[in-house]
Amino acid sequence: MLFAFDWTQLAQQVVIGLASGGVWATLAVALVLIYRSTGVVNFAQGEMAMFSTFIAWSLVHHGLSYWAAFFLTVAISFVGGVGIERVVIKPVERAPVLTVVIVTLGLFFLVNGAARWIWSPEVRSLPNAFSTRPIDVAGVAFSIQDLGTIAVSLGAVVLLWLFFRFTKLGLASRAAAVNPEATRLVGVRVSWMLALGWGLAAAMGAVSGMLTAPALASFDQNLMQPVLLYAFAGAVLGGLDSPLGAVVGSLLLGVLINLIGTYVNWIGTDLRLPVALAVILGVLLVRPAGLFGREAVTRV
Amino acid sequence: MPKALLELEDVTARYGPVTALHGVSLTVAEGEAVAVLGANGAGKTTTLRAISGAVKRGGRLAFEGKSIARSSPEAVARAGIAHVPEGRGTLTELTVRENLRLGAYTRRDRAAIKEDEERVLGYFPPLRERRDQRAGTLSGGEQQMLALARALLLRPRLLLLDEPSLGLAPLVVAEIFRIVGELNDEGLAVLVVEQNAALALEASSRAYVLEVGKVAVEGESAVLRRDESVRRSYLGY
Repeated sequence: MLFAFDWTQLAQQVVIGLASGGVWATLAVALVLIYRSTGVVNFAQGEMAMFSTFIAWSLVHHGLSYWAAFFLTVAISFVGGVGIERVVIKPVERAPVLTVVIVTLGLFFLVNGAARWIWSPEVRSLPNAFSTRPIDVAGVAFSIQDLGTIAVSLGAVVLLWLFFRFTKLGLASRAAAVNPEATRLVGVRVSWMLALGWGLAAAMGAVSGMLTAPALASFDQNLMQPVLLYAFAGAVLGGLDSPLGAVVGSLLLGVLINLIGTYVNWIGTDLRLPVALAVILGVLLVRPAGLFGREAVTRV
Repeated sequence: MPKALLELEDVTARYGPVTALHGVSLTVAEGEAVAVLGANGAGKTTTLRAISGAVKRGGRLAFEGKSIARSSPEAVARAGIAHVPEGRGTLTELTVRENLRLGAYTRRDRAAIKEDEERVLGYFPPLRERRDQRAGTLSGGEQQMLALARALLLRPRLLLLDEPSLGLAPLVVAEIFRIVGELNDEGLAVLVVEQNAALALEASSRAYVLEVGKVAVEGESAVLRRDESVRRSYLGY
């Protein structure tokens, strides 16, 4: 060997990268869900996830355990997502894409402002969802927290996939997303399918928020802004119209950014966001459809 | 004369500021096959879209005696009208099987759905072999078959067909019309819109000829087929 390479460190860093990537993947899937059905990136997705996380914090603050708060928050977020679609998005359902984009931008500030109004600025933290002890796997020490984060985020994604793949309602919402006109003609209430999509996206966002917060010493209302950017980069890398792509893209990005941060000294941890931006730019220039996305083909 | 299944009276429709139908009246009796003919832009497709609620419409529309004038497309489908739209409306990203399952979306009777699926695949053998293929990989004819099959799984009382022959080879068109005829013989009412007037008059018992959003001529298909002046001025063949 030319130089001593620390394989243990590599394995550890890959797992840490997968943990961040997994959290981004849940938010990325939320972005893709809404992108597929409405054709826009929901800029408020991160803020909605932040709001959910604050709800979870309140629940924990009132004595619930982390996991009780977790599942309750997912349910509340689902209902909230459906509500947001009904109140804010439905009126612009037939409006041009740009209008909807502006509405989601407005939603960004609305949700952020509401969170600041409801929850005063103070130092907050969520308890750890998992043991902070390390665990020994094949002679390498991994953190249970990281492994647990990977398991929960991928578990959420798999549940969502099962729903879309194997239930009638899931089938109807997939159909509504690709061809609303024809789907209406078989009796599917397409407008409610959109609301369902927003609910599921909000629930996925809640998962990502509640996995992000415990890893931090403290968090505030800006919690999810960097996460949204990473999730967006992951989704673009995988292909904005592909849920599988969003997951793979986010995991790749998580590992990539973590390894670059570890092995490229001058980047370290400070330049992580610019790397994500570089990925977005690079993908859009070289392969706009992403790894798994399909180029839109228009038949004449 | 059998009871009217579908009744349109003075139906208007508009796309934004453009009025596409200026008061169309027509009826389809139970089990009847009716054709709507006319040149491009006469309002044939819009008539079907007005029935299923896919376009803003006014006037009286009733199905089985109940008004559907204010019903959404999903409600019209649930009432028992299956609409195979222009361009077929197959969901190309979904598999053949998924398209069929979607056709039965409004139904809860699982055993009967399975039975119907078998029956429908019996009509269209090529679909059976391609059940797990994405619909987008099918040929045009197979996609038209899939669109029909999906519509049948709704167990409709009335089938709306928009230009089923469009872009298909003559042999495939003949096959599709043969099956539609068979379905009609079994009691399914059909309202078919066609460019190919000869074909549609052959397959229907009555027909309406539209001209700029109005009914210009109506009558027995057999009579219209022989009427030289109607043929020359409206049907162009």
